Amino acid sequence: MLRFFLIRALRAFMTIVLVVTFAFVVLRLSGDPALIIMGPEAPPDAIIAFRKAWGLDQPIWIQYLSYFGAILGGDLGISMRDGQSAISLVMDRIPATLQLTVPALILKLMIGIPSGVYAALHRDSAVDRGVMAGAVIGFTMPSFVFGLILVLLFSVTWGLLPSGGRDSWMHAILPIVTMSIGGAGILARFSRSAMIEILGQPYMRTASAKGLPWRRVIWEHAFPNAAIPIVTITGFMVGTLIAGAVVVESLFSWPGIGRLLVVSVSNRDLAVVQCILLMVAATMVISNFVVDILYGYLDPRLRNNQARH
Amino acid sequence: MPLVEISNLGVAFSGVPVLHGINLTIEKGEAVGLVGESGCGKSVTWLAALGLLPGKASVSGSVKLGDEELVGSPREKLEHVRGGRIAMIFQDPSSSLNPVLRAGRQIAEAVSLHQGLSGATARAEAIRLMDLVGIPDAVRRFDNYPHEFSGGQNQRLMIAMALAGKPDLLIADEPTTALDATIQAQILDLLISLRQETGMAIVFISHDLGAVSQICERVCVMYAGRIVEQCSTEMLFRAPRHPYTRGLFDAIPRLDAGRERLIPIPGTVPQAGRMPAGCAFAPRCAHSSEVCHNQVPTLSGTDGWATACFHPLEEPGAPGPSAHILVEKVEFA
Repeated sequence: MLRFFLIRALRAFMTIVLVVTFAFVVLRLSGDPALIIMGPEAPPDAIIAFRKAWGLDQPIWIQYLSYFGAILGGDLGISMRDGQSAISLVMDRIPATLQLTVPALILKLMIGIPSGVYAALHRDSAVDRGVMAGAVIGFTMPSFVFGLILVLLFSVTWGLLPSGGRDSWMHAILPIVTMSIGGAGILARFSRSAMIEILGQPYMRTASAKGLPWRRVIWEHAFPNAAIPIVTITGFMVGTLIAGAVVVESLFSWPGIGRLLVVSVSNRDLAVVQCILLMVAATMVISNFVVDILYGYLDPRLRNNQARH
Repeated sequence: MPLVEISNLGVAFSGVPVLHGINLTIEKGEAVGLVGESGCGKSVTWLAALGLLPGKASVSGSVKLGDEELVGSPREKLEHVRGGRIAMIFQDPSSSLNPVLRAGRQIAEAVSLHQGLSGATARAEAIRLMDLVGIPDAVRRFDNYPHEFSGGQNQRLMIAMALAGKPDLLIADEPTTALDATIQAQILDLLISLRQETGMAIVFISHDLGAVSQICERVCVMYAGRIVEQCSTEMLFRAPRHPYTRGLFDAIPRLDAGRERLIPIPGTVPQAGRMPAGCAFAPRCAHSSEVCHNQVPTLSGTDGWATACFHPLEEPGAPGPSAHILVEKVEFA
């Protein structure tokens, strides 16, 4: 088991190193922060001074090493734009984002799993077809299209809900619904196919043959088996809690991480972008790790593999 | 009154009939074999009786358990019968137990359903049953998962689970097919001794005539959704009358037969949707005549011997392989 944890931790570390490196390279190659932040009209010596101040005049590999060394020392840098520390800029925005993504995740689970299971139990019925059609529409329609439709209906036409900002809980409703719909569709499809596969297994017949009531057959014998693919997808969704709201936050002017990311990228505010990417990578890695642990909890056959690693 | 009385039981999947009117009675404590090749309707008969077939199957006819009619009865009533009056074990024990639940818990679940026990008493009873079916060190192994047991042990666990409801009838649906020969013999011995101890009736579904001969007093041979021959095991092994049954015996390798070729039954089983007009076996039968191709023979006979054939074989002392030889085959295979 210790080996399992060590290997996982090493892999997690490598993933984060790769993400940080990739972000560093892409951002340095895609434009000069000095020009973008100072503006094209800035005098040449001011630009040179800016580059010198931020270490941009150094060769890229020295920049990389010093940046990497700073991260290892816990220093995520300072925003080139307003001089604040990048980490505090990001941290300030996290609550706003979680206000959207956590309720959205709960909504996805509450809509997606029951409707998928219900569709599986009533396979080929009108309800099944309806749920699946809804699911396909849900996850094929881009969230900005869906969000705009909601704004058009609830804000413009009926005037029930605000179309943007973060002044009250009312403002959160439309972005949360917009974000939930795709994930709910995906979860519904996965829950349905997982349940259908399990319902065909011989042990389901055993459970019925021993006289268990139908409801217990479904929830105690089928669902724990079907939970594995559902947990995989849910883990992925948990991984996107921090930065999964880029489009929706922009659409609804919600001051969260997503909007900070968009603004920082267009400003080439390197420290902030890298800080966000680091957080995203870390949540992804952590949620993957939790999913791996859960696999062993859900399926005893996988436990031995974990112990052996 | 018989324990179970099946009359004119028919099953159709999406409109295609697979079971064409089965009549079968099981007496209390009796052991009956259901023999036939895959797809002939052996298992479907009992899955239909217990309402375990998928929704696209339509069931007609009647299955009476004592006074209770099972066909078309509500789910709650069937749930009470399943496991409690009629228990069932299946062909592939390793995939018949839920892989993510502890084996002991699955047995305790049946115990609490049918004996009303819970908690520690249910656990103790489950451990007693595991012990009874020959799981070594049952106390410690209660918390193991099915994949931590061998195939034979899984079948023992299935049997323990079936015993939890103290059923009047155990349907053993090819319980030894997926197991190797020595384990097969152990499971058969276990079933025989459990039957002696509990007095429950057993329906033993198999395509292994040797296994059937060890357990059952009476045999029904099924072909393409019908019972074609029904008599005591001894009579069947002495001189099978239906040409299909005879063909089954001829296709069994014999210990004393040297290197002679086996005699196969020519042709294949007709598909469920394309049954011939007359006897389903007629196209493959060496004895068939005009009438066989036009009319369906009914199951009839005297002295506890029934055959569905217009031209039953009448050979007293016919050289069919004796039960003795078949038993040896099972033990030494």
